[in-house]
Amino acid sequence: MDFLKVDAVHHTYFTKTSAVTALSDVSLEVEEGEFVSFLGPSGCGKTTLLSIIAGLFEPTEGTVTLEGKRVETAENEIGYMLQQDYLFPWKNIEENILLGLKIGNSLTPDKKAYALKLLQEMGLKGVETQFPKQLSGGMRQRVALVRTLATGPKLLMLDEPFSALDYQTKLKLEDLVSDTLKSFGKTAILVTHDIGEAISMSDRVFLFSARPGQLHKTFVIPKELKDETPFNARNHEAYPAIFQTIWKELESLEPAGER
Amino acid sequence: MSPQENVKFLHQKYIQSLNREKKWVRFYQAVIFIVFFSGWELASQKQWIDPLIFSAPSKVWGLFLTKIQDGTLMVDLGYTLSETVFGFILGTFLGTLLAAILWWSPMLSKIADPYLVVLNSMPKVALGPILIVALGPSFTSIVAMGAIISIIITTIVVYTSFKEVDPNYIKVLQTFGANRFQIFREAILPASFPTIISTLKVNVGLSWVGVIVGEFLVSSKGLGYMIIYGFQVFNFTLVMLSLLVIAVFATVMYQLVELLERKLIKNGS
Repeated sequence: MDFLKVDAVHHTYFTKTSAVTALSDVSLEVEEGEFVSFLGPSGCGKTTLLSIIAGLFEPTEGTVTLEGKRVETAENEIGYMLQQDYLFPWKNIEENILLGLKIGNSLTPDKKAYALKLLQEMGLKGVETQFPKQLSGGMRQRVALVRTLATGPKLLMLDEPFSALDYQTKLKLEDLVSDTLKSFGKTAILVTHDIGEAISMSDRVFLFSARPGQLHKTFVIPKELKDETPFNARNHEAYPAIFQTIWKELESLEPAGER
Repeated sequence: MSPQENVKFLHQKYIQSLNREKKWVRFYQAVIFIVFFSGWELASQKQWIDPLIFSAPSKVWGLFLTKIQDGTLMVDLGYTLSETVFGFILGTFLGTLLAAILWWSPMLSKIADPYLVVLNSMPKVALGPILIVALGPSFTSIVAMGAIISIIITTIVVYTSFKEVDPNYIKVLQTFGANRFQIFREAILPASFPTIISTLKVNVGLSWVGVIVGEFLVSSKGLGYMIIYGFQVFNFTLVMLSLLVIAVFATVMYQLVELLERKLIKNGS
């Protein structure tokens, strides 16, 4: 049985004046412990698909199951990390990372200790009583990752989590996130528009086409790249070839003259 | 001089210039105060203004001392102050509660919308006579005046701020499986604290309006009554005294709200 199964998902947004189809007949499977990326031009419904997988709303048609259970009924099994950290500015760092546990009424001393240990492992010792405003962008995004991991989700979804950071911080965080997720054996879905990020972090890349969002092609990343850290993968000799392949495929999706 | 010493020196100079500016601001503030009251006194003594209507600071001060000694000022002040504080707290609390109910039920807020607009446009003091007839000419009806004047505007402003909370904070909570009450407690309410505080500041002024008008209409005690009584017996020293006391205590209430603001809004700044 597949870990995560997206089956014939179709989603349309309705407004008073229009009906926009964001996703059309998307089916895919993700294995346990796998790291996959959703790559595609803007408007391909990546974020819609993520929200559906997170169970935030139901698709117009189709089903999403995690370990055979409908995701709408799942509780705290899916972690979701947004483009920006969205730490609550009126809560200090400790209150922020314990938020998920508090919401789920599962704030035991054990889990609290685990969350604080995670924070330490992310290189953020001694910031517990500080407020988000006092931290840099990279630190805040790491805190957001701790907040997401603290509830022990089975599946982690990352919605362009590095896009708001400067390049150097982004590269460092890619390594940290990839390393952390691998060591926990977490299943993860990364949404990105950065081809390099998709290649260097994932096991498989799902390429989406836009209007309506459809699964266009799946790329399997060669094993020698998978075993490297994201930073080293970018410098690996196998990297340019797969980059070119995905680049050309992306180009072919753009209607002529759109750029 | 080494560069470090130079920076230190420049920093000290900067602090000095800040202090100097602060002193000048205080000086001019004091000048305005002194000029206003001594000008008032002088104009009254020289009969440039009618002393019967505009009184004089010395007369007001004299009356102040008499009324402190016989204790009547404290009674009136205590009466009005408690009405205002009750009205203010009640108005803000009920307004925020109403805003929370509207946020809770989008359907209800759609239904209530035109009624809120009507109630907000209506001059609330015009309801005074009805309140007094309904609740009796007492403490209760004046507190009700103080509350009713701020309740609808509080509802509208706070509800708008509830709706404008960044939906991504709500999304974060939803991914943790938060219910609507948890979303309200963890995101909506704390994110709206700055707005609630600024409505508090407006409501301080509004509650004084409500209470003073209420006392005009009905009371036999209080600062508003002092004004209307002074007007009727043509004792404008009494009116001026009441006005000055109101000015002082309205400012004190405003400062207390600012103190609360600094206590309540913590984000490490």
